Amino acid sequence: MSQGKPIGEMSFEEAIRELEQVVTALDRGDVALEDSIKLYERGAALKARCEAKLKEAEEKVAQITLDASGQPTGTTPVEGL
Amino acid sequence: MDDLIEEGTPDPNPGNAPEFTVSEISGAVKRAIESGFSHVRVRGEIGRLSLPRSGHVYLDLKDDRSVLASVIWKGTAARLAHPPEEGMEVIATGRLTTFPGQSKYQLVIEDLRPAGAGALMAMLEKRRATLAAEGLFDEARKQALPFLPEVIGVVTSPSGAVIRDILHRLRDRFPRSVLIWPVAVQGANCAPEVARAIRGFNALPTGGPVPRPDLLIVARGGGSLEDLWGFNEEIVVRAAAESAIPLISAVGHETDTTLIDFAADWRAPTPTAAAERAVPVRMDLLNWLRQQDGILTRGMTQALARRGQRLADLSRALPRPDSLLDAARQRLDLAAAGLAPALRHRATLARGRLDTAGARLNPALDRAVARKRLTLGQTAARLSPATLQSLIRQGRRDLAALDRRLDPARHARRLTEARTRLDDLSARFARVAETGLAQRRERLAALDRLHQTLGYTATLARGYAVVRAGEALVTRKSGAETEPALEIEFADGKLAVTPLGATPKPATKKPPPDKPGQGSLF
Repeated sequence: MSQGKPIGEMSFEEAIRELEQVVTALDRGDVALEDSIKLYERGAALKARCEAKLKEAEEKVAQITLDASGQPTGTTPVEGL
Repeated sequence: MDDLIEEGTPDPNPGNAPEFTVSEISGAVKRAIESGFSHVRVRGEIGRLSLPRSGHVYLDLKDDRSVLASVIWKGTAARLAHPPEEGMEVIATGRLTTFPGQSKYQLVIEDLRPAGAGALMAMLEKRRATLAAEGLFDEARKQALPFLPEVIGVVTSPSGAVIRDILHRLRDRFPRSVLIWPVAVQGANCAPEVARAIRGFNALPTGGPVPRPDLLIVARGGGSLEDLWGFNEEIVVRAAAESAIPLISAVGHETDTTLIDFAADWRAPTPTAAAERAVPVRMDLLNWLRQQDGILTRGMTQALARRGQRLADLSRALPRPDSLLDAARQRLDLAAAGLAPALRHRATLARGRLDTAGARLNPALDRAVARKRLTLGQTAARLSPATLQSLIRQGRRDLAALDRRLDPARHARRLTEARTRLDDLSARFARVAETGLAQRRERLAALDRLHQTLGYTATLARGYAVVRAGEALVTRKSGAETEPALEIEFADGKLAVTPLGATPKPATKKPPPDKPGQGSLF
């Protein structure tokens, strides 16, 4: 179930997918008590990760600046769109 | 034209008609044509097409009856949105000019575009088929879009409604980092810029100063087929197909289809739809997450509660230690109570078996004992003391009888008698022996004398001799003659002689002694 990747490095999608698995497993109720406690802890950590990713919902809009030949030189923030 | 007609009006008097040189008339024609057809639009099909190295394009425009030679100068050709292709139905815009050196005229094309949507569509379809055959549109090439991209790269015009729509919808759903790569979305620059933007985003390194997007949106608002044409260009299609970053195309309205749509990983009907597809709704996710949290907690709580319940149930079901022992104790009691009877029963059984065996054993033993006893009784009966004593008495009598016969006097008497007889016999033997010996000696002497008298030996003393040949007596002359050697016995000894065959009458020949006489002696 766990790919062994640290939760802190997981993308939102990875975290949410594993959280789903954890919840399904725990909700099914056929895991051993020890495992269910571990599952719960992992689920809580995954949930925290997902929440953190959801809270990172900050809009940043920038435009690529190009030189005369059309090559990118950097970005400039874009306001008012 | 009016000039041409005027000048061309036949003069009734040819002699008064003005004379032109060839160049003059050619120049006049040139002026007339160039001023009269300085801006024309000509519809026709591209016939023969020539693309020399110079970069100019020479082509024929034709319809079913006529041909118009045309040229596209190099600078114009490079700007054309649609390069000319043979067989293409086009509308050419330009001016007519003449080529006096060859008495020709031609159309100098300043713009050339496919004639109508049908022609464009036919061209589009042809290009689509070619690229599809190359596999650029294969489903296998499609990449999955990220569930929640961190950075979204948008290739579009920075001004205009499209980027506003996209940003607006992203803001509603899930605010993200957006990088806009500004491009021309129509005209000749559109295709190369869009292609360069797609490749440029892909070229951004991960973790560089400019964040690399994990999703691209190529967007443009609605427009005519010609307006959207840049997104049909091969370089754009190839760039989209090669993009390592998942790409959403959102060009035109839902009914507009451009070739980039086929190459994109997902085709959005509108730019707004692209934004919706790009990110999930944050609030939904938060709700979902809360829900999951609830399920998680509930699952855990229930798991604990269920186990607690089960533990309680099991605890209740667990019997008291005493009650566990009760049954065993009862079994022990029962077993103990049954022990003595069982032993007795066992003993009874054993005794019964013993009796049975004994019963079988006794008659046989009794019979054997009785037999032995009978034999013993008979033997004992024979062993009565009276019998024994009578035997002893008999033996004693026999002994006494024998003892009586053992009388020493009688033996002495018999010994004396025997000795007397022996003496008597010895005396008689001595006598008889002496007498017999004297008689025999005397007789022997008599016989010797007689022998002396009767033997030939005494005859020898009287002058006779015995002749022998070997052991044999030779009594005949004929016998003696044949012998090689003879022996003559005289009274005082023997003499060996050899008979002379020629002397038949030996003087000494004597008759042999009387052998029968000798024999009768013995």
